[in-house]
Amino acid sequence: MLDAGYAKKSDATHAAQLYVAPDSDAMHRREGSGLTTETKQDDWAALVLRVRDHKDRAAFEALFRHFAPRIKGFLMKSGASAGLAEECAQDVMATLWQKAHLFDPARASVATWVFTIARNKRIDALRKARRPEPEDLPWGAEAEPDQQEALEMQQDTDRLGEALALLPEKQRALIEKAYFGDLSHSEIAAETGLPLGTIKSRIRLALERLRHKMT
Amino acid sequence: MTIRHHISDSLLMAYSAGQLPEAFSLVLATHLSLCDDCRARLGSFEAVGGAVMEDCAEASMTDGSFDQTMARILQGAPRFAPEPARSTRQGILPAPLVDYIGGDLSAVKWRPLGMGVKQAILPTEKSASARLLFIPAGANVPDHGHRGTELTLVLQGAFRDETDRFGVGDLEIANEDLNHQPVAEMGADCICLAATDAPLRFNRLLARIAQPFFRI
Repeated sequence: MLDAGYAKKSDATHAAQLYVAPDSDAMHRREGSGLTTETKQDDWAALVLRVRDHKDRAAFEALFRHFAPRIKGFLMKSGASAGLAEECAQDVMATLWQKAHLFDPARASVATWVFTIARNKRIDALRKARRPEPEDLPWGAEAEPDQQEALEMQQDTDRLGEALALLPEKQRALIEKAYFGDLSHSEIAAETGLPLGTIKSRIRLALERLRHKMT
Repeated sequence: MTIRHHISDSLLMAYSAGQLPEAFSLVLATHLSLCDDCRARLGSFEAVGGAVMEDCAEASMTDGSFDQTMARILQGAPRFAPEPARSTRQGILPAPLVDYIGGDLSAVKWRPLGMGVKQAILPTEKSASARLLFIPAGANVPDHGHRGTELTLVLQGAFRDETDRFGVGDLEIANEDLNHQPVAEMGADCICLAATDAPLRFNRLLARIAQPFFRI
């Protein structure tokens, strides 16, 4: 599936361009072309910005169709019942709408941002515990983030997904378990098989970009 | 401030996955507030989470779920409690710690542990505990070992133990293998934020007897 997604970059770009003037006709053409699951992160970012700037319902629906079933799947893997996962996935998507002004495409991809919202929702719903967050950085979301920076940040998540997909099954399963919440922190610490080195080498670029942005 | 001792990959991954006891999350959030390097690394671990979720097996949403969500948004979604106002840094205390103390350093309710050492336990859920420690310049913390993990973050002054020197912003991660006797450096009194997921193991009888009373 991933390979197909990358091969169709021009199609995906075309699909995103349809959102410049979204209408039901464009939605149908897009769905008809079967690109819903192949749109890349930079296109999702463009949709979030349309939600932020124009309260664009069609853009939000495209985001919902893609992310909500993944959030629900993620939460069920984390031990939530189908009912609770459904409710939380709706919560997460509503939060995306309400907090779209906080999304900064130069800092995180949409998938990463949605993950952090879903993770916090899971902690609230399943563990009823608090997770203190670092203090806010003095720089907030920029009105006009650097386009190139933003594009690269979005693409990093795609590359990371490719890197994960290329890992041996056992190693990938371990990382997934850690994020689904199937490993306690001491298990993560003790788990020498976690292929963090492999992943880290793939995301070094992303890291450098974040560092550059913060200093 | 040059931070030399950082959050380990495994702790950072567990924090990004939302898998840490609240007391540990508090120590890490405090370090992350002081350390841009770890904050950038956290961003990359969150990106791993994003990639895992992106790749996750989909579970179909129920019929009408999009319309329900839209309806909730348009009603102003009363289910969403308003965000509490976030604290700001107070002197040596980063914002996450200010939240737990409920103010600046003058609001800390210290309890003496003897020899000028003081502590204040912070309110967290019970699977791990967090405390502020005040160690007068030049004084030592009783020699102890650990059953679980102990995280110690320096907020003021510095301490040394058998492993190294720890200054402001440095995080020491200790486990079962480490028996240590931290000593505050001369100069400034040392203030640390520490969290443990199991009681410490004191090596001297007197400290062991005192332990249940002080909840160390």
